[in-house]
Amino acid sequence: MTLSDVKIGETVVVKKINGAGAIKRRIMDMGITKGVSIFVRKPAPLGDPLELQVRGYELSLRRDDAKIIEVEYE
Amino acid sequence: MEIKVALAGNPNSGKTTLFNKLTGSNQYIGNWPGVTVEKKEGKIKDDKEITITDLPGIYSLSPYTLEEVVARDYLLDENPDAIINIVDGTNLERNLYLTTQLIELGIPVVVAINMYDVVEKNKDKININALSKQLDCEVIPISALKGKGIDKLMTAVKNVAKNGRKVPVSTFSGTVEHALAHIEEAVIHDMDPSKQRWYSIKIFERDEKVLKFLNINSEILNHIEKDIQKVEEELDDDSESIITNERYIYISELLRSVYVKKRTGSLSVSDKIDRIVTNRWLGLPIFILIMFLVYYISISTVGAFATNWANDGLFGEGYHLFGIGTKEYESKMDEFSEKFIFTEELTNTVKKADEANVIGADKILKSIQNKDFREFEEAYSTYSDELTEKGFDISKTVDTALEREDVPVTENFGIWVPGVPVLVEKGLDKINTADWLKSLIIDGIIAGVGGVLGFLPQMFVLFILLGLLEGSGYMARIAFILDRIFRKFGLSGKSFIPMLISTGCAVPGIMASRTIENEKDRRMTIITTSFMPCGAKLPIIALIASALFDGKWWVAPSAYFLGIISIIVSGIILKKTKMFSGDPAPFVMELPSYHLPTFKNVMTRVWERISSFIKRAGTVILISSIIIWLGSKLGIVNGSFAFDPNMDLEVSILGYIGKAISFVFIPLGFANIKAAVATMMGFVAKEEVVAVFGVLDFNGMTPLAAYSFLTFNLLCAPCFAAIGAIRREMNSKKWTLFAVAYQTVFAYAVSLMIYQFGQAFSKNLNIAGLVAAIITLGTIIYLLLRPQKKNKSPEKIKV
Repeated sequence: MTLSDVKIGETVVVKKINGAGAIKRRIMDMGITKGVSIFVRKPAPLGDPLELQVRGYELSLRRDDAKIIEVEYE
Repeated sequence: MEIKVALAGNPNSGKTTLFNKLTGSNQYIGNWPGVTVEKKEGKIKDDKEITITDLPGIYSLSPYTLEEVVARDYLLDENPDAIINIVDGTNLERNLYLTTQLIELGIPVVVAINMYDVVEKNKDKININALSKQLDCEVIPISALKGKGIDKLMTAVKNVAKNGRKVPVSTFSGTVEHALAHIEEAVIHDMDPSKQRWYSIKIFERDEKVLKFLNINSEILNHIEKDIQKVEEELDDDSESIITNERYIYISELLRSVYVKKRTGSLSVSDKIDRIVTNRWLGLPIFILIMFLVYYISISTVGAFATNWANDGLFGEGYHLFGIGTKEYESKMDEFSEKFIFTEELTNTVKKADEANVIGADKILKSIQNKDFREFEEAYSTYSDELTEKGFDISKTVDTALEREDVPVTENFGIWVPGVPVLVEKGLDKINTADWLKSLIIDGIIAGVGGVLGFLPQMFVLFILLGLLEGSGYMARIAFILDRIFRKFGLSGKSFIPMLISTGCAVPGIMASRTIENEKDRRMTIITTSFMPCGAKLPIIALIASALFDGKWWVAPSAYFLGIISIIVSGIILKKTKMFSGDPAPFVMELPSYHLPTFKNVMTRVWERISSFIKRAGTVILISSIIIWLGSKLGIVNGSFAFDPNMDLEVSILGYIGKAISFVFIPLGFANIKAAVATMMGFVAKEEVVAVFGVLDFNGMTPLAAYSFLTFNLLCAPCFAAIGAIRREMNSKKWTLFAVAYQTVFAYAVSLMIYQFGQAFSKNLNIAGLVAAIITLGTIIYLLLRPQKKNKSPEKIKV
């Protein structure tokens, strides 16, 4: 399951981040690393991007980018 | 001792506030060389020996985003004596991630935990001493906003700067530290010990820039590569991600021992606001309402009022202080004109002219019937020459009336403040200034520079609102809400703000593009934003609408539509070029907590923007005004070179240049001297187009040609002030030239298609023209539809 499949209002744990280079590094720099839990708060009014809560702050991420993040339920 | 200090920290950590507190007004604002990233430097208020460089707000020191590379290069090349790392105390975990990277550099770091008052208010606990011990650097709690802890911070900075570089602590797990130790020993054991850790980590991460810089021989490199691969296999990830992971693991463990967050079940105020403001259903309506308010206040009400005052009052005839007396004057003037100007004789002459279909007679007649002098004055000044020419002279009656002794005088009502040109003219007359100098000062400099400064009040209002949006945290939400739409044509959600502002004036619009983080998005926004019709283009639209389209309702909206379509088409076309292809940074954006913006921060920002506008755009405008003035007053009369303040346009240098270039506009349908000169004048200020090209010049022009003329003037390169702003924001001659060239070529292409297809439809087919238009259309369609160039390898940033 990837982060873009997660239902709004659910909390998941990151299993693996696919991809490489700039995109992967940027996502990880912002604190989305293996084992961290992410709360999917809500989508933007037009459905995309998503608003996430991670490491105690709010982050927005496009669904396309969320697809490279593999997650599972706790 | 001179001390160089770098200020580093995440965006939204209070970095700007701290920088302003430390330096006061001793700031220098520019750009980092060659890029569009802002650079600020300043000296400490009470200690001029300390220079602080404000690095761009960054989350990491990765080699992938421009801001990060700029910061990284500064820290490595300039070797500051100390780093102040400002950290948001309410968001420790992510903020300390950058801290771990800064400490690695071996430069002494002082960690300033900002918003400590909020931390205490939330009853969270940070064990400062333990944190300081673990990180092996000074940690000082501060509140930048309230100015608390700043003295302590600076004392600590001075101390650590004196002690010099130090060897950073080891922070990673055994496997990784083992590999790093190997690298240090194999490659960089000769290096200063304080630098070894940073380089070993970069080698481990296979950082291209560092590998190239160190120029390691291939045998050793192969040997290390095996070590790295072993770790990668063991931890099942690439080396770069392993390091990132290790950092966060280190921070989580560190925080477990020094930080206690008081868990509260209830939502914070910021969360509550956000629940409403970006709500699925309410988000868009609230957004539209806020944007409407920004537009309404800055452009159509307060801003328009301020601009009118500046243009017609301050840089015009003059104005009644606080508007007192204006009404009385106008009603007295209406009374006066009813008696002495709108005589039966004059009315009859105008009526006859109207019956003879003389252009403008209907407008003059209407103003007489309305008994409105102001309306009459406007219509009269535009059309009286035409009436005279056709044998319906009314100027004698008007002149005689206005020369009467009992004509109402503005000065006698309220407190009349004469405009700058009036005052200057009086002063110049007093000292018997030569005519040419008077003309240069009044028609050249004051008219040109004043026309631009006239936009200042409006800009001031705009910048305050913009500062409030930025300071409150709503700016990030605008990007969040609009991202889905704007990314389709290669722009960022934040591009919306510059475009909205550009409907008032492109100069602040272009400057507002600074809030866009990604450099490509920023450049694209700068190039396309002036396609929006600005306030100075409205007179051109109004002129053409009334002269050729009988004031049809659709002319003005069509101009906005044209602007929006041009932005979308350009976005898609440019996105597919090599310069803009590929997006190295994904849209991963922090949504900061909502804050009440502080007055001081907003005003500092406003002042920064206004003053840089005055400085840069002001000089450009001054020079270009003088050149244009010279071109219009110098000319060839009776075969010899001459100067005349009342030079005929046709024989002036400007007129000759117009004649020479007007052939360029043949395919667009407006190849006459005046149109060419008007277009040139448009570069000084767009409203100048109307000054040169009056209603009467449209005689014999088809509506199609006029619309083509309008299109070209709306879309081509903006005025010099805006080009100056582009130059400033792009921080590159090459990019400025590209922007201006692109806009002009695009305008030409669109006008060409409008005119030639229009001609074909109206059966005035011109084969060559039509072929050119079809080729143009084909090219645009090709550029729009060709496949996107994929940029697979991550973009390397060159600085």
